[in-house]
Amino acid sequence: MNSPVSPLRARADADRANLKRRYPASFRAPLLARLLPPVTVALATALAVYALWRFGFSPEKFIDGLGKLGIVVGLMIPPSPGNQLWNYVGALGETLSIAFLGTLGAAILALPVSMLAAKNVVANRIIHIASRRFLDTIRGVDTLIWALIWINVVGLGPFAGILAILTSDFGTFGKLFSEAIEAADKKPVDGVLSAGGSDLQGFRFGVLPQVLPVLLSQVLYYFESNTRSATIIGIVGAGGIGLYLANEIAQAEWPQVAFLILMILVTVSTIDWLSGKIRFAVIGTQGRTA
Amino acid sequence: MRTVATLPPAQLAPLAHVYTAAVAAKRRWMIGGIGLLIALSLLSGWAGQVDLAKFWKGLPRFASYFYDILPRLRMETFFADLREWFWNLDGWLALLWDTLLIAYLGTLSGAVAGFLLCFLASANLTRSTSLRFAARRTLEFCRTVPEIVFALMFVYAFGFGPMPGVLAIAIHTTGALGKQFSEVVENVNMQPVEGLTAAGATYVETVRFGVVPQVVSNFVSYTLLRFEINVRGATVLGFVGAGGIGKELISTIRQFYYADVSAILVIIIGTVFLIDWLTEILRHKLLSLDGR
Repeated sequence: MNSPVSPLRARADADRANLKRRYPASFRAPLLARLLPPVTVALATALAVYALWRFGFSPEKFIDGLGKLGIVVGLMIPPSPGNQLWNYVGALGETLSIAFLGTLGAAILALPVSMLAAKNVVANRIIHIASRRFLDTIRGVDTLIWALIWINVVGLGPFAGILAILTSDFGTFGKLFSEAIEAADKKPVDGVLSAGGSDLQGFRFGVLPQVLPVLLSQVLYYFESNTRSATIIGIVGAGGIGLYLANEIAQAEWPQVAFLILMILVTVSTIDWLSGKIRFAVIGTQGRTA
Repeated sequence: MRTVATLPPAQLAPLAHVYTAAVAAKRRWMIGGIGLLIALSLLSGWAGQVDLAKFWKGLPRFASYFYDILPRLRMETFFADLREWFWNLDGWLALLWDTLLIAYLGTLSGAVAGFLLCFLASANLTRSTSLRFAARRTLEFCRTVPEIVFALMFVYAFGFGPMPGVLAIAIHTTGALGKQFSEVVENVNMQPVEGLTAAGATYVETVRFGVVPQVVSNFVSYTLLRFEINVRGATVLGFVGAGGIGKELISTIRQFYYADVSAILVIIIGTVFLIDWLTEILRHKLLSLDGR
C-alpha cells in the first residue's frame, strides 16, 4: 500500500532545517515582491484621498446629490416620447447614418495610409515613423473635438458628425490596420515574388487575403462603438439623437430622457448583435480583435 | 520531359463544374455585399445630409482653421512668443491635473465595483441563473449608456464640478471592466476552485484563494488600459460642465481664441501620449512578472 506522503517528500521534510539553511531564497519571497502589493495599495489609496480632498468632496453633498438623482429617476418612470416620437426616430436614423458613413469612409481612407505605416510594406523608416506619429496625433484628439472643428467647416448638422467620426477613426484604423498587416505571414508573399509576381501582386495575393477578415472584424467592432459615439455627438450640434437628449435633460423632461436612453440602449444592442452575427459569418469566430 | 499528371476528362469535368459553381457563388455573394453596401451608403448619405458641394466649399476653411490656430512663432523672439502662446500654462496644467484625477478616481472606483460584480456575472462561479442575469444586465446597462449622458444627468443632480465626471466615468468603467473581468474569470483553471470547495471553503475564500491569484495580473492590465481610455474620455466631459480641461477647451473653440485652442490641444495630446507610454511600460512589466 502507498503511504499518503511520498518517500521523497518525507526525506525532504526530515531535512527541512538543513535545506532552509542552504537555500534561504527558496523559503522566502524577495522583500520587494512581498512589499509591492501593500505599498501599491497604500499609494493608490493616498492618491484617491488627495483627489477627493482636491475636489472638495463631502459626504453630505454627495448624499444630497444622490437624493436628487433618486427623485430624477423616479420622475423618469414611465418613459414616454411626449409628442416627439417621429423627431426622435428621425434623429436615430441620422445617428445610424453618421456611424455607418463615418466608419466606412474611415476604413476606405485608412487602408492606403496603413500600408505606408506598415514596416513590411514600406521599408522606409522615415515614412514609417512619420505616418505613425501622424495617425497618433489624429487619434489623440477626441471625436467631440473633431466635431467642433468640422462644424466650423460644413455647419451644424449630421454631416459634421460623419466627418468627425471619419477623422478620428481614420487615425485608429490606420494604426490597427498597419499592425494587422505587419503581423501577416511573410511566406505567401515570398511565394508570389519567387513565382515572378510584382510587389503589388505580392501584396494583393500574399498579404490581403490574410488580413482582410481581421480588418473587416475590426471595422465591424468600431461600427458598434461608433454607434455609441454618434448618439452623443449631437451634444455639440453635430446631428443625431444627442441633440434631443441634451435638450431634454436641460429642460428636465425626464420621461422623454428615459425614452431616449431606452432607444439608444435598444439600438446599440441590436447593432452589437447584428455585427456579432456578421463577424461570425465572415471570420468564423466571435472573437474581438480590437 | 515530365508532364503533370491530370485526371481523365470524364472525371475532371464534374470537378471543374463544382469549382466554377463555387467561384460563381462566392462572386455573387461579393457583388451582393458590395451592392448592399452602396445602397446603405446612399441611404445614409441622404439621411446624414451629406453635401459634397458644401464640403468642397468648406475645405479651404478646414485648412485655414489649422493655419489660424497655429501659434505665431518668430525666430528672433522665439521664447517670448512661446511664453505668449502658453500664457496660461499654470492654469491649464491645474485643469489638466483635475482631468487626470477625475480619470483616476473614476477608473479606481469603477474597477473596484467591476471587481465585485464580475464574479456574480461569471457562469463558472455563480450557479444561480437569475443572479447572473441581473449582474450581466446591470453591467451591460452601465457600459451601453455613453458616459457623457450620465455626466449630463449627474451635473443636474450634483451641480457643476468634477464629482459628476468622476461618477460618470466610474459607472461606465464598472460596466466595461466588469464584463472584461468576468470573461477572464470564466477562463480560469477550475481545479484550485474545486479543491477549495472540497476542503470546505466559503464562497469568499474560494474566490480569494482559488480565482484571484490566477486573474489579478490580467485585471490590473485591463484596468491600466481602461485608465488610458478614461483619460481621453475625461478631457471632453468638461464640455457638459463635469470638470477638468474640457470646459476651457470648448469655450476657447467657441470663442475663436485660436492660439489657445492649439496650446490646449498640444498639452492634451502630449499628456495622452505620456500616459499611454507609461501604462504600456507598466503593463509590460506586469506581463514579465507573470511570466516568471
